[in-house]
Amino acid sequence: MKDFNGRVLFLDREDINTDEIIPARYLTEITKEALKPNLLEDLSLPDFDPAKDVNASTVVVTRANFGCGSSREHAPWAFEVNDINIVIAESFARIFKQNMFNCGMMAVELPGSDIQNLFNTFAGKETMLTTDMEKRSLCFKSDNDEVVLSFTISGFDHALVEADGWVGYADLHY
Amino acid sequence: MGKTIAEKIFDSHRVDNPFGDIHVIRLDSVFCHEITTPVAINDLVARGMDRVFDSTKIKAVIDHVTPAKDSKTAMQGKILRDWAQRNNIKDFFDIGKNGVCHAIFPEKGFVRPGYTVIMGDSHTCTHGAFGAFAAGVGTTDLEVGILKGVCAFHYPESIKIEIQGALPAGVFAKDVILALIGKLGVNGATNKVIEFTGSVIEAMSMESRMTLCNMAVEAGGTCGICAPDITTVDYLWEFIQDEFASKEEALKKYNEFTADSDATYTETLSIDAATIKPMSTFGYKPDQVRPVAEMTGEKIDQVYIGSCTNGRIEDLRVAAKILDGKEIKAGVRGVVSPASPAIYSKALEEGIIKIFMDAGFCVTNPTCGACLGMSNGVLAEGEVCASTTNRNFNGRMGKGGMVHLMSPASAAASALTGYITNSSLYAEGGK
Ligand code: SF4
Repeated sequence: MKDFNGRVLFLDREDINTDEIIPARYLTEITKEALKPNLLEDLSLPDFDPAKDVNASTVVVTRANFGCGSSREHAPWAFEVNDINIVIAESFARIFKQNMFNCGMMAVELPGSDIQNLFNTFAGKETMLTTDMEKRSLCFKSDNDEVVLSFTISGFDHALVEADGWVGYADLHY
Repeated sequence: MGKTIAEKIFDSHRVDNPFGDIHVIRLDSVFCHEITTPVAINDLVARGMDRVFDSTKIKAVIDHVTPAKDSKTAMQGKILRDWAQRNNIKDFFDIGKNGVCHAIFPEKGFVRPGYTVIMGDSHTCTHGAFGAFAAGVGTTDLEVGILKGVCAFHYPESIKIEIQGALPAGVFAKDVILALIGKLGVNGATNKVIEFTGSVIEAMSMESRMTLCNMAVEAGGTCGICAPDITTVDYLWEFIQDEFASKEEALKKYNEFTADSDATYTETLSIDAATIKPMSTFGYKPDQVRPVAEMTGEKIDQVYIGSCTNGRIEDLRVAAKILDGKEIKAGVRGVVSPASPAIYSKALEEGIIKIFMDAGFCVTNPTCGACLGMSNGVLAEGEVCASTTNRNFNGRMGKGGMVHLMSPASAAASALTGYITNSSLYAEGGK
């Protein structure tokens, strides 16, 4: 199973699409590693500098409809090679979410109020996440605050995380 | 209880139901292109599983960047080409015979009512126009599909969109789908199949139905779907005539894949066709739409006519009708890409290519090219393109460029004036 803990990067916008996660001009790469320097390169947000902010983080917290647009699995791969294995959002586009679990990564959906609470409490501060898969809980911590939230994961998605993805799962079952 | 089209297809293709509403379904077709398949191929090779579940059910094309523009794209093409040859994939389309995947595959009769299709491409939803369940997937799903011929999905919920009446002159399938995405929003149909019905759909050609279904994913939809009917049978007849004694028989069989009258939908939306106007997007999201009339005056640098949305023969015909005998505005660059070789040759035969050339358009070979900002008409920073494609994301056709999505009629009219313009066809209709 992959690691779902670490420093949180907050991306404060809804509808962030896969062109913004990894632009089409990098789709000519045929290895996942090659995508590493270009994650979120075209995402322009106030207070966000992809060159600085991506490297230091291993968790993303964001708004609704994350990963919409192109089906490119290069988007989860670009996260994966940057050691970001978990994205937490109010909602995801279908293909992106499936691609995440297919890679043994996590796309966790939380209610809008929880996401808002996380932004209110932690955005702009050094924040660490500890994920407890057994208890299905996420513990966010900064110097002054701690927020613990429970999450749900479907049986299938959990099986994919345990099998490190759909390839592993399908090899066992089909 | 009655079933939707998608439910019927799932029920006839189920292999496993491992968890809750997760259904693993058998695939009738796996489509592949050179951008998303090579990583799957390399992984299969690395795992010592360089084989395919059924070489007749896999169709492959080099379409996104063709001819190759540099060493990297040449390598992507090579990986796909070598793999197709090694695995005896006969339906592989390379340069000279290739075109945009979602134009060329249906044209070859590869999609039939009731089929299940996946491809590593979000606009795979296009093929639902045939009454098929066709969904875009990532490379991992593609890899498993290639190897085992199965894919896992949530059991499909559907939204029903009923479009009644008749479309006004100058209003096309593209305007309908843009208006609808404006209503639904970019995630209004997430995890849902969009089933299109009503007299407008019944009157539509297969080409128009494909335009409609093509953009289902821009509202988050898994697949757009139209019930198969006589138009579907007519379109497919050259490929299915050995299977059926008559068109009526084909229709009877395909009727299995129409929705029951008591099927359940999560939402039903009725739209009066007469209220739909020529539409354009104005921002960086496909649900940011406005009537073209309200955008008039916005200056453009380039017009692009092509893509899996609107690069088919009827699209080129409409644009040519507007361009005939005229020249595009000085300073505006016109690029047209017929979406497949068959479309290209038909357009040549009909004199359409000549009209485009005389008007000052550059005619490119069939390819995705500029649609995703990879070649053949990439925008410079600050430039604006009136485009018949399906995505207006920031940077989609080139970093810092702005894309306004619209119908071929509106795009052609805009090319003539140099700013966003309602097509003359619409004006005629309004008289
Ligand atoms: S034409 Fe554009 S949207 Fe269609 S498959 Fe090609 S890149 Fe994708």
